[in-house]
Amino acid sequence: MPQKSSACSQAVPSVSIQNADFDAAQEYAQLRDSGAGTGAIATFTGLVRDSGDRQGVTGLFLEHYPGMTEQVISDLIAQAGQRWDVRKARVIHRIGRLPLQSQIVFVGVCSAHRGDAFAACEFIMDALKTSAPFWKKELTDAGEHWVEQKASDVARAEGW
Amino acid sequence: MPEQTLSVRFFARLREELGTEHLTMPAPAGQTVADLLATLANRGGPWRQLSTGQPVMIAINQAMAKPQSPVKPGDEVAFFPPVTGG
Repeated sequence: MPQKSSACSQAVPSVSIQNADFDAAQEYAQLRDSGAGTGAIATFTGLVRDSGDRQGVTGLFLEHYPGMTEQVISDLIAQAGQRWDVRKARVIHRIGRLPLQSQIVFVGVCSAHRGDAFAACEFIMDALKTSAPFWKKELTDAGEHWVEQKASDVARAEGW
Repeated sequence: MPEQTLSVRFFARLREELGTEHLTMPAPAGQTVADLLATLANRGGPWRQLSTGQPVMIAINQAMAKPQSPVKPGDEVAFFPPVTGG
């Protein structure tokens, strides 16, 4: 479907919330297929690391609010499309039990230029962290605990 | 027959501490989220945290809301801790 390029091109909301892993290469290939006007693709992938609120994290458990989560992220993509040139965007967020080094989240944005691609990708990620209804529980050998929201994350999201 | 109740949902740490995922509550006319929180806090025990200034995020029909937001019969009201995804 040919799309007219414009200063305020339309974002195509595309959000998946799933337990299954994703293939970043496949997602990139789909983002690349976004028309001859695309000159830049920015992607971000978040992983489960071994330290968070505490040391010795062995994995995460992620809970979400089905329905609201998808709506909030779709709205963020639409907001990004109003502020920057966004030709295509894709967000995947995993839920459930995720072992160390698992992929948690993917954000990919296609734009005409790199500035818009970087900004929209970072905005979506920062805003997702403080507004999409997900909750992380860190699993350690000593037990499990809910992660507290970080003031630094709130400040980053408010900076946009 | 009009619905005279609303649905309340809890998530994450709040769901665990209250031992409750879902409740059906009366929906009197003119009720706000703050009124509903006060009614729930009166249950005592862990429910008291709903009125003691612990940060609680509120959604009505899956859109973010505030304590002063009105709630009406048939609404889905959700309470949850600050979000930590990504």
